[in-house]
Formats: sequence, C-alpha cells, structure tokens
Amino acid sequence: MSEAIKATSALEGFASTGFASVRECGLTGMITLRGDLADKALAKAVKAATGAAMPEQRKITMGKSGKVAWMSSDELLLVVDHAQAPAIVEALTSALKDQFALAVNVSDARVMFEVAGEGNGPREVLAKLAPVDLAPDAFTTGDVRRTRLAQVAGAFWVEADGSFRVVAFRSVAQYVGDLLAQAGATGSAPEYF
Amino acid sequence: MLILDCPCCGVRGEETEFHGGGEAHLKRFGPDSSDAEFEGYLFTRQNPKGVNFERWRHANGCGKWFHAARCTMTLEVFATYSAQTYEPPADVIAAIKAKRPEWEMPA
Ligand SMILES: [Zn+2]
Repeated sequence: MSEAIKATSALEGFASTGFASVRECGLTGMITLRGDLADKALAKAVKAATGAAMPEQRKITMGKSGKVAWMSSDELLLVVDHAQAPAIVEALTSALKDQFALAVNVSDARVMFEVAGEGNGPREVLAKLAPVDLAPDAFTTGDVRRTRLAQVAGAFWVEADGSFRVVAFRSVAQYVGDLLAQAGATGSAPEYF
Repeated sequence: MLILDCPCCGVRGEETEFHGGGEAHLKRFGPDSSDAEFEGYLFTRQNPKGVNFERWRHANGCGKWFHAARCTMTLEVFATYSAQTYEPPADVIAAIKAKRPEWEMPA
C-alpha cells in the first residue's frame, strides 16, 4: 500500500445549470483560526498567511494569497491554496505559540460551491435557502454570513463578479449541492431583486 | 415569528437560526446541596405569561450563547444581552419597564 492517496474534494466535478449555475470548487484550502482577534501578533500572522487585513465583524477580506472571513468574535476562516494549507497552519501555530489560539486545517472537512449567473440570479438562489436579507444593498461584496441553508449550517459571501461562494460541511456536500442546483433550476427564478 | 438580535455577532436573525436554551439566570445547586435545592435547579421554572429571561444560542451562526428578555405572549423582544451575566443588567430592566410599567422582577 505504498501509492500516494490522491486528495479529492467532496463532490469533484459536481455542476448544474439553470438561471444560476452551480459548481463544486474542487480542492480548496480552509483553515479555522481561533484566538484573540484583537491581538497584533495574530493579525500579523494572518497577514503573512494570506496578504489580507484583519476583517471587521461579519466581513471578509481578500489578499494576494488568500481570503479571511470573520466567523465569530474569536474565530476566522482562512481560504487559501489547498496544497499550502498544512504549511500555513504550521506557520500560524508557531507564530501564536505563546497565546491561547488554535489553527486547524479543515480543508478536507469542508466543501465549497460557486453559484454564478446573470444579474441577481446567484443571490436569489441563496435567498431561497437562507433566512438572510439578500437584497443587493443589504448584502454585498465584503460581507460574509454564517447561517443555515435549508436544514444544514453553511456560510457564504459574494465575489467581486457577483458570484457567490458557499461553504458547508463535507458530510452534507451532496445535500447542499442538490439544494443549490434545485434552487437555481431553469424557470424557478423569483426575480424579486 | 420571533426575531432576535445576536449580541455576539450583530446579526438580526429569525428564530430558525437560533436554538433556545431554557430559562436564564438559574442558580446551580450541585454536590452537597439538599435534594430540594437540586430538584428546584433541575425542574422549577418561572414559566410566566409575559416577560421571560431566556438563554439562546446562535446555532446556525456565530455559535455563541447569549441571553434574551422577551414576552412569551407577544414574542416581543425587549433586549438581548451577554451570556456572561448572573442577572439581567440595569439597561435591560429599564427597557422592559419602558414597555411593561406594571412588571416587576420576580424574586
Ligand atoms: Zn451570533
């Protein structure tokens, strides 16, 4: 049993088309970082890992090598290159060894989807599934929201091009993929926004 | 529908994003307490028709616990506040009294 095990994302190749299209994003590095978000050393370590500044409450910041999402008052989600994630966790751990902080590579415990499409299509898909005000002026680029998607926990944000990124637990990847695909089906656009 | 403002992450969410955790500000009676005290801790609740103090968790959100003061009859929420308190803060009491002048804090 000496062959290397090839990493695969939760629903490799999953895609659907409709008024908004859904695609599983493939291998994505995701790191949960918990600690004192006001700490300077923590902010510096996050910047070194992603190039992104510390996000404000419920915001996501973009850097040249990653994104940083505010998940709670003591938790961040770092979205980075999948192959780089283990090294980034090591760097964070050593930079924060003197504090009450924890960095964990959760890449393979999560799934990420892209919901893309014309106009406000992608936001209408999410509005069908989450109890969140998704009006264009209420939720915009730079915001991140942890909520539920129908019956399971999930989080999402908007990219600059208007497409959404949706993160959920790997164990419910098929459920979330099917949810998004069905909510985006042709002919079912509410055209509310 | 019950709408709650999570004081931990600032989200205004509807009930399904949260999970109720029962009556707030219970005093725990543990080892060496009398049977009556322990029974009271486990089972005795105010269960009022009106102003009630409750624990809630932002389960499908930031994951934090917090407290809420609300009316069990109208679902009106007077305030939500930190879980790290042993009793409702003065501003929460004031917010309740402003809406329910006849209400008194139960003993
Ligand atoms: Zn919250």
